[in-house]
Amino acid sequence: MFGKLSWQVIPFDQPIPLVAGAVVLVVILAVLAWIVIAGHLPYLWNEWITSVDHKRIGVMYTLLALVMLLRGGSDAIMMRAQQAVAYHSDGFLPPEHFNQIFSAHGTIMIFFVGMPFVIGLMNLVVPLQLGIRDVAFPTLNSVGFWLTATGALLVNISLVIGEFARTGWLPYPPLSELRYSPGVGVDYYLWSLLISGAGTLVAGINLVTTVLKLRTKGMTYLRMPMFCWTTLASNLLIIAAFPILTATLTMLMLDRYFGFHFFTNEAGGNMMMFMNLIWAWGHPEVYILVLPAFGIFSEVVATFSGKPLFGYRSMVLATMAICVISFMVWLHHFFTMGAGPNVNAIFGIASMIIAVPTGVKIYNWLFTMYGGRVRFTTPMMWSIGFMVTFIVGGLTGVLLAVPPADFLLHNSLFLVAHFHNVIIGAVLFGAFAGYTYWFPKAFGFRLHEGLGKVAFWFTFAGFWVTFIPLYAAGIEGMTRRMQHYDVAAWRPWMIAAGVGTILLTIGILVQVLQLVVSIRQREQLRDRTGDPWDGRSLEWATSSPPPAFNFAVMPDVTGEDAYWAIKEHAKEKGLEPSGPDYTDIEMPRNSPTGFVCAFFATVMGFALIWHIWWMVAFGGVGALATFVAFAWRDHDEYVIPAAEVGRIDRANREERRAALGLAEVAS
Amino acid sequence: MTDMSLAFVQGDPHHLRGGRPHEGPAPKRIVTAYGFWIFLLSDIVMFSCFFAAYAVLLGRTAGGPSGAQLFDLRSVAAETAFLLLSSFTCGLAMIAADMRNARWFQWGMAVTCLFGLGFLALEAREFADLVGRGAGPTRSAFLSAFFTLVGCHGAHVSAGTLWLLTMMAQVYAKGFRADIMRRLVCFALFWHALDIIWVAIFSVVYLIGSAV
Repeated sequence: MFGKLSWQVIPFDQPIPLVAGAVVLVVILAVLAWIVIAGHLPYLWNEWITSVDHKRIGVMYTLLALVMLLRGGSDAIMMRAQQAVAYHSDGFLPPEHFNQIFSAHGTIMIFFVGMPFVIGLMNLVVPLQLGIRDVAFPTLNSVGFWLTATGALLVNISLVIGEFARTGWLPYPPLSELRYSPGVGVDYYLWSLLISGAGTLVAGINLVTTVLKLRTKGMTYLRMPMFCWTTLASNLLIIAAFPILTATLTMLMLDRYFGFHFFTNEAGGNMMMFMNLIWAWGHPEVYILVLPAFGIFSEVVATFSGKPLFGYRSMVLATMAICVISFMVWLHHFFTMGAGPNVNAIFGIASMIIAVPTGVKIYNWLFTMYGGRVRFTTPMMWSIGFMVTFIVGGLTGVLLAVPPADFLLHNSLFLVAHFHNVIIGAVLFGAFAGYTYWFPKAFGFRLHEGLGKVAFWFTFAGFWVTFIPLYAAGIEGMTRRMQHYDVAAWRPWMIAAGVGTILLTIGILVQVLQLVVSIRQREQLRDRTGDPWDGRSLEWATSSPPPAFNFAVMPDVTGEDAYWAIKEHAKEKGLEPSGPDYTDIEMPRNSPTGFVCAFFATVMGFALIWHIWWMVAFGGVGALATFVAFAWRDHDEYVIPAAEVGRIDRANREERRAALGLAEVAS
Repeated sequence: MTDMSLAFVQGDPHHLRGGRPHEGPAPKRIVTAYGFWIFLLSDIVMFSCFFAAYAVLLGRTAGGPSGAQLFDLRSVAAETAFLLLSSFTCGLAMIAADMRNARWFQWGMAVTCLFGLGFLALEAREFADLVGRGAGPTRSAFLSAFFTLVGCHGAHVSAGTLWLLTMMAQVYAKGFRADIMRRLVCFALFWHALDIIWVAIFSVVYLIGSAV
């Protein structure tokens, strides 16, 4: 009746996951109880859960990423604490638990922190920057978000029901095959990623179509803000790479569930095919995460230097070059696995070539700052911190791209330090920069500046104190994923890294504090102009937060830095044009399709993991029925009348004019 | 101001930005079909992985039967004929939809559905036959790859058939509304894409496979 599920699968003998799970459960129940008792449930359902507004969905993606960052960060703290004490000792984490922790840490940080963070910011900002009212497929957008949430939920369920994979964040066969991983850990991994991968693909299709087909009048390709370009490149990569992940994980799933022989030791299986396929997705994935971050830095650096982005076209070219070359370097993830010197040489050279467009970008940011009036706000601090950090990470990457060096450093902590150097330095710093930069746009008030800087300095310092020791330990031969060790020389490095982790943790806690303090002081931090940073692109041309329809009148773009040109024009005249003619606006109606569909996907995923076949059928039929019901509805849009549009817009204009001291003329 | 001096003011003396101004967002019909094209491309990327796996594992028969011993090309030819004909009738149904002729649309879709079901029946017979001869997907890596690739296409045809029936019901219940016409365009694209993939399967899996 319940497949492999029984009371034995709950790890009563392991206090850490059980206590953690209990705490999370209590917190969730408390929040739910508060929502219901305070009467917020209808608001939550109507305004958020069923919302198809790209801004709301973007905020929910980002919120998911922040929550999962706490989970993935807790895993990191436990790992570093374990290695700090596990010299000639077993430490406090038994091996099977330690293995689950590093697997969960990587999986969560890539799929449920990095991905939702950048997709959330793209969702929030790109339609605003393009001067349009919504994305191409609003309801599918909601489906994509909720499927991602399903994946995150399944990973977290594994904490208390059963176990998670012990194979590392990429489940290399034959270790991940049924014979060597008979538990449900790998199944949790497979189904959570297959389901959330479908969500990511939907988000990719949606954003590519949005950028290519829905720009406002006059917004030619070479007038798009840089963030739109990197969004385009990143989502093209999602479309080309995520199907590879789906296919690869499906093959592994068939091996495990039905006894196929894609990657097994016996009957002709070929496990090297898994390495090739997974990294054919995995390397573009790196750029899927980092390209949007590059876009964020481009926006932030240009805004806070008060200058147009230096070398805009070279930046576009560099972005698209990275988009293409990222598919030609995958083999450098397994130089040591016997491809031969010629193949290794080609992929080594390709890996060095891809550093060139990245270098172009760094110079462009530096030259944008050069001669500018730089304002050292929190987003700018993250950007400059990124440039310093990322150059070091990039250089160690070029070092690893030399196959002979890679033979020595492969699978060592040097590698771990390298990819944390680029992922924390670029993706996380970029996500934090974007979070601070666009927070006022999403919520109408800025984040506390002083606490933001404190958080930056703790994170920045914590990063170096954590990962420089890992470089050193790696050079001294310490391999990754060690539950305990007995080499005395490594110990000081592990203790130093542990101290760095404390600093990083303080940095994260300060950001939590910053959010709380900013919400409490929101009246002082209120953004009345819609343009708190003196911005350059169109998202600052509307109010903060924008109305549901974003722009009362679709902007007409005449050059790069569209909003900057509008402001220059207004300053010259000392005036702001008066209200235009408003028309009725059609907006997509809210829909519970995404939430209901994800509910059934969660049921189905859980049932598949535990082999509860009747429940699988129930979930599958439910998801299908949801879609058919959605297809059957007759009214998918509602109309905001011109009078209402005018009322909202005039109030916003009035507020902005009062804040800026501009007069109005008839245009 | 002349066009040229305007170009200088905008910092574009060489007219690099193109002469034709961008007119704004595309109409919904275009956006939907465009998005669906992109989905199809991603689907083809997924199939290409299964094709690659098949190519890698083609000779890995683990002492079991090879393609030359297993494939019945006459049955495959019949499957091909069914699928290509179904694409033709699907095209006819779409012409009927463009003419807003509900009767011919329903007939076209019904025949398309029958051809699709015929294809699935032949494929199911082939799979059952192979499993019956001890050449199921667990026999060897080659057969795992074969069943996965061809089965994935079959799963697509099955899903397409369900979609087809849904569209017939939708047109019956709601007529040729704008949103339903957009879905019909997507369905037709999907059905033709399955044909393209089948052509690749016919060539790579069956023709090359039976030569090994």
